[in-house]
Amino acid sequence: MSELDELYQEVILDHNKSPRNFRAMADANRKAEGYNPLCGDHVTVFVHLEDGVIRDISFQGSGCAISKASASLMTAELKGKNENAAQLLFENVHKMLTGDPSDDQAVDKVGKLQILSGVCKFPARVKCASLAWHTVNAALKGESQPATTE
Amino acid sequence: MLMKAVPQTSDRVVGQSSFDVARVRADFPILLTKVHGKPLVYFDNGATSQKPRAVIDALNHYYSTENSNIHRGVHYLSEQATAAYEAARSKIRNFINARADREIIFVRGTTEAINLVAQCYGRSFLKAGDEIIVSAMEHHSNIVPWQMLCEQVGAKLRVIPINHDGEIVMEEYRRLLNGKTKFVSVTHVSNALGTIVPVKEIVTLAHERGVPVLLDGAQAVPHLKVDVQQLGCDFYAFSGHKMFAPTGVGVLYGRAELLEKMPPYQGGGDMISLVTFEKTHYNVLPYKFEAGTPHISGGIGLGAAIDYLSALDWQQIAAHEHRLLDYATDALSSIDGLRIIGTAKQKAGVLSFVFDHVHAHDVGTILDREGVAVRAGHHCAMPVMQRFGVPATTRASFAFYNTIDEIDVLVRALESVLKVFG
Repeated sequence: MSELDELYQEVILDHNKSPRNFRAMADANRKAEGYNPLCGDHVTVFVHLEDGVIRDISFQGSGCAISKASASLMTAELKGKNENAAQLLFENVHKMLTGDPSDDQAVDKVGKLQILSGVCKFPARVKCASLAWHTVNAALKGESQPATTE
Repeated sequence: MLMKAVPQTSDRVVGQSSFDVARVRADFPILLTKVHGKPLVYFDNGATSQKPRAVIDALNHYYSTENSNIHRGVHYLSEQATAAYEAARSKIRNFINARADREIIFVRGTTEAINLVAQCYGRSFLKAGDEIIVSAMEHHSNIVPWQMLCEQVGAKLRVIPINHDGEIVMEEYRRLLNGKTKFVSVTHVSNALGTIVPVKEIVTLAHERGVPVLLDGAQAVPHLKVDVQQLGCDFYAFSGHKMFAPTGVGVLYGRAELLEKMPPYQGGGDMISLVTFEKTHYNVLPYKFEAGTPHISGGIGLGAAIDYLSALDWQQIAAHEHRLLDYATDALSSIDGLRIIGTAKQKAGVLSFVFDHVHAHDVGTILDREGVAVRAGHHCAMPVMQRFGVPATTRASFAFYNTIDEIDVLVRALESVLKVFG
């Protein structure tokens, strides 16, 4: 498979076309905005957190196929997880996307999100894939400033 | 001038018969680069242009034989370096037809030139309630410095709207001009849309009210013959790196009469004539605005780029670039789901476009794999994106060393985008 095919796999194209949990959430008790100043992509992540568990999660915004698919896959993966598990997943996804040489096992710890592993071959696109993750991280921490990829 | 209005038939004949694109391509070593195993197709000239061998050699020559600090040494090398740097200033004066060398201020680039005018002219001569006019298609560098000035002095920014083709609505400009207008700053050629703005008319209308005008020429100087006296503008700003010279050097042209009235931009060496702890006397123009050791090799490189450009036939270049734009406009218009953003009657070689269902970033990545370098994003002109209701565009921007064959490569690469995204 070429690097390009690896980047734009069927699953990613499908999540881009029909993003899951792509909606605002009226009863969200955590919410954050994420912004990539490089390209103008922005995303809002809504979380309903109950006893430290992500009961519901959704997103809205505009961006490229990679950022949209990454956000969609993220919401599907995080629903039902507790905050600690979400944080651990965030760290492993980040390592996988950046091709962090200190942990080449990260890719085995992210479950279905492995589908995004092709991104590390495209350094200019890492921020597209990580935007939603930075944003959910900010939402869970209750930060008031918009998250950025910078 | 590069105008779509020029009759196509005569244009095509000139473009095909007399411009030897293969010969100029040989002057640009980087054009031989392979990208992902494919020949580089460089369509990101609006971001920065490539450099001819003559410019690269000038930098090498300067550092190998002349390197020294300027305006201060009594030794041989300093005299050589000073002469080379000041010779570059004269070449620039001649290139844009300014009246005198002292009207040519070396800066880091267009951005610094605009900030200099906003701070040195703006803070001295604008006050609360005054108005500054810009257009809706400015680069952020011709918006933010004026917003900063507005915050400092309490002035107000007014914006001339653009129509759906990406042209300035002149009636609105006439309406915005009033007794409170104290400055007008507009682009000569839009970086995001390619529109050539009728700047002479804009200057004339402002001058009828005694209002000074700055023109952002960053995207104009690589494509159009610029004559600041003919345009009548008070300030003209441009960057070296978009006109085949090194990065980090640019030019502010200012009418001497206004520059004389303005305080210095930064304090330091070279901009003074006498310093005591009681009082400092500033140097004469242009040095008053050139504190610190400048980008000497950059200035010399800009001079070399002007020498290179001066040896080319600008009428042929204009015809060739116009032909590229026409050919690309026709070819891209026939691609399913592709919409061109910026359809002004008078355009320079910039083609911005969007797909209905594919984001510009994805387009940019797929084109890169075919060797085609384009810009994807908001082009530092977010208000333009908002005006057209798109988050980002893909932009192909041409230079005279581009070819019709390269546009065919772009078209094939765009077809592969549609293959990936179905």
